[in-house]
Amino acid sequence: MVLAAPTASHRPRRRSDRLIRFVAKPVVFVACLLPLAWLAWHVAAGELGANPIEKMNRFLGDWALRFLLISLAVSPLREIGGWPVLMRFRRMLGLFAFTYVVLHLSSWIGVDQFFAWAHIWADIVKRPYITIGMGAFLLLIPLAATSTAGMIKRLGAKRWKRLHMLVYPAAALGCAHFFMMVKADIREPLIYAGILVALLGWRAATRRWLAISRPSPSSRGSVAPIPPPVSSAPPR
Amino acid sequence: MLIRFRNSCDPAGSEITPESVYINRRRFLAGGAAAAAAMMSGLAVPAAAQGKAAPLPGDIGKSSLSTDEVQTPFDAVTRYNNFYEFGTDKEDPARYASQLKVRPWALTIDGLCGKPGTWDVDALIKANRLEERVYRLRCVEAWSMVIPWVGIPMADVLKQAEPLASAKYVAMQTLLDPAQMPGQRRSILEWPYVEGLRLDEALHPLTILCVGLYGQVLPNQNGAPIRLIIPWKYGFKSIKSIVRLTFLETMPPTTWNRSAPDEYGFYANVNPAVDHPRWSQKRERRIGEFFRRDSLPFNGYAEQVAGLYAGMDLVKWF
Repeated sequence: MVLAAPTASHRPRRRSDRLIRFVAKPVVFVACLLPLAWLAWHVAAGELGANPIEKMNRFLGDWALRFLLISLAVSPLREIGGWPVLMRFRRMLGLFAFTYVVLHLSSWIGVDQFFAWAHIWADIVKRPYITIGMGAFLLLIPLAATSTAGMIKRLGAKRWKRLHMLVYPAAALGCAHFFMMVKADIREPLIYAGILVALLGWRAATRRWLAISRPSPSSRGSVAPIPPPVSSAPPR
Repeated sequence: MLIRFRNSCDPAGSEITPESVYINRRRFLAGGAAAAAAMMSGLAVPAAAQGKAAPLPGDIGKSSLSTDEVQTPFDAVTRYNNFYEFGTDKEDPARYASQLKVRPWALTIDGLCGKPGTWDVDALIKANRLEERVYRLRCVEAWSMVIPWVGIPMADVLKQAEPLASAKYVAMQTLLDPAQMPGQRRSILEWPYVEGLRLDEALHPLTILCVGLYGQVLPNQNGAPIRLIIPWKYGFKSIKSIVRLTFLETMPPTTWNRSAPDEYGFYANVNPAVDHPRWSQKRERRIGEFFRRDSLPFNGYAEQVAGLYAGMDLVKWF
């Protein structure tokens, strides 16, 4: 099977690598910030409608979920489209998902509820959709914390990958969180859930739960090949 | 559909409308409807709302039942609506409700009454004294507004049909017309939208059939041409674009109750002590304000209406 075979890129084509590092990655980085820029612009201009706090909260939640699904789409797209280069962007996308989750949570706690801790705690405990949302956030914390190359080395690729399977339940909880909060029109949350089912279904069908964990045919051992998706540095 | 950016050329949100701009009731009454209309066009009212912004005929009386709380700007009142017949987004009604043909409009009153019949809404407006009622509106979604409605006490209208002694409830129905109401092409709710009141609730002096707001003809997105306003209940009880009122002996079904019986009761009185299963009803965000405020029993109208429910378990009859 064609993988992002480290052997293939072992003799790095320096030009294309530089292109990814200094052009493509910054472009994707800026693109990921666009929703935030849109939000900042509309907050500053007072153009978020009659209930700007609600709109900001929903907007950040929408993008948190979208980035989670985009991160989860990287592996399938890489395999189906044969674009190993996509893996170079996965960590960034995942960290943006976490960033939007944190912003979503912060806007709920700090703006919507304005640090009314008693009410916040009561909501987390009593409202299943909020409990579930908090659960998704908690599951994502260790993933963000172990996103560095150093943490991958320290944990070992195998354990690191196993830990990062937490993104699957986190995304499922995120979709459930959205589904459970709407009043009657469930079309939009169903679209998100459908995409998640497709992304997880692909993994189930192809048994690629561990994403890039298939040992390469040359069997380079379990530690040496640092997974390309999470490594920003070219394999040496 | 999935990624919905708001149109960036939309007018600025109400939260930045300067205090000096929005219409103060007294100033409005003094200045007359023409001045009010001019000021409102200064607020960049969307075309849909502007097109319908015609003054109501005749004098509009004041009412001691009005609150003197700060009124929610016209712009917010007409651009942040739940009217699922035109879509489930808050901005959808302002966008799409202009399609609705609101004149002529027939209101049928039937069921257990001596004089059933059909009334033309304009004739009804001319035949009855219009009153301004500045009421708090508390949505079940935990936001609220203060709106200067204009309407006719519902009792005045219902009594014209001479309800029989056996009549205990009033069933109400919104227009069913998917051609004009695109939201009705999807079964998000069971159409047509239906609501109901106990007859004593319907006859209560606070309850009005509303035909206008801010001194003008009711904008389509707010439920034109005629809607219910019952201020001590969650907003979804105040059914919009009514075509039929029917006197009944038994409790009629209501749309949200049918959709989620454990979440929306028949009574739906504002009650901070009874949470919605999925969110708290203890506090609300008054549109235009940053901090949430405490919600009040019966939306602050307990003095006038608590007696209607004496002896009832309001947790059971939520």
